[in-house]
Amino acid sequence: MTVNTQDLQKEVWKSLDNVMDPEMEPVSIVELGMVEDVEVEGKNVNVTLLPTFSGCPALDMIKENVIDEVEQAIQKLDESLKVQVKFRYDPPWTTDRINESGREKLKTIGIAVPDPDQKRGDSWEVRCPYCDSVTVTMENIFGPTACRSILYCKSCRNPFEAMKPIA
Amino acid sequence: MTDNKILRELIYQLADDNFIHSYRGSEWLGLVPHIEEDVAYSSITQDTMGHAYMFYKLLEEMGEGNSDELAHARKPKDFRNAILLEEKNGTGTYLDNPDYDWAFTVVRNLFYNVYKETQLESLKQSSYEPLSITARKIETEQYYHLMHWKTWFMQLMQSTEEARTRMENAIRRVWKDFGGVISQGRYADEFSARKYIEPEEVLGQRCLDKLGELCKSVDFNLEGKPGMEKGNGRNGEHTEDLKQALETLSEVYFSDAEASSW
Ligand SMILES: [Zn+2]
Repeated sequence: MTVNTQDLQKEVWKSLDNVMDPEMEPVSIVELGMVEDVEVEGKNVNVTLLPTFSGCPALDMIKENVIDEVEQAIQKLDESLKVQVKFRYDPPWTTDRINESGREKLKTIGIAVPDPDQKRGDSWEVRCPYCDSVTVTMENIFGPTACRSILYCKSCRNPFEAMKPIA
Repeated sequence: MTDNKILRELIYQLADDNFIHSYRGSEWLGLVPHIEEDVAYSSITQDTMGHAYMFYKLLEEMGEGNSDELAHARKPKDFRNAILLEEKNGTGTYLDNPDYDWAFTVVRNLFYNVYKETQLESLKQSSYEPLSITARKIETEQYYHLMHWKTWFMQLMQSTEEARTRMENAIRRVWKDFGGVISQGRYADEFSARKYIEPEEVLGQRCLDKLGELCKSVDFNLEGKPGMEKGNGRNGEHTEDLKQALETLSEVYFSDAEASSW
């Protein structure tokens, strides 16, 4: 049985949306903008991912989960299909790759995301994920993972985390 | 020497600097001034190890061998890191009576990170594309590391008299071997001739200017040229401190490797 390339790619993207970054559940790697490319070459499906932070300990786990999810999806269509996952640093991952639904979901777990047009060196314009206030203070630029900072909201008095702007 | 051999010399400098710098950082785990710093410093250390591995991966792609082995199974004389970065954090060991010097750590980390920033800016224009791509990726994170050490530096330099004295002593100590950080070693001219990175004098001066500015903003004058008293690590000269660090690291590495092959 042969599947047409476009249908196959669509299936793969759908399955990738089930793979979470373990440090940012329930946000998928698609919503985070980590998936750069899905390519079909004969019987091989090549998925190219952009690592968010280079010290990220979750990369191996993400790779395994991608292989599991994609394999399951494509082998339903054709048992001889295989998947390969590659990491690439070009282009570098940036915070503006996080899509709208990713931003919304991050907000629900108390993580703010800087505006997509934020540049490095600008003073941060971060809104509290709970009450939307902008009167917030930086507590620690490095949170429990390197990609997030800890802030404090002066309006609702909640501490919260924010993704660091990476541009 | 072939182009390839020259290029590898440069990448070893980059990989080994980050590797040993990260190791000295990891020894601070649980010993830093407060819990928030523990979280921050271990994040930075983890990032930096990530940077080391990105460089070892480039060497792996050039046929130098497996990146884990490059990090853990080479002899001290094959390392190309600056001697300043291999120096112990203080007396004692991580497990046995550690008496580490936070002022020395803050100054060393700030000075090295200012150099690293300068170096990455230059590497982004490298004629070797994999190197420029790697530099661009690392730079996005490096920005926050530098910001972190700048904050510590500024605060401690303007804190109590005792803190100020300790910091000034630390600056003098770091200065004695900072020349080894900005050195590109015996192949420096070959690096810039092939446009892998800008000339040593240009990068060095750019870095020293930035450091001069920073120190001046807290009323401290950096005088004269930085030294290289303990030798030039870029040429394979190293101290007992590196030997000790590599022994500890490879012990852990080889016992893990054994365990996972059972
Ligand atoms: Zn709030």
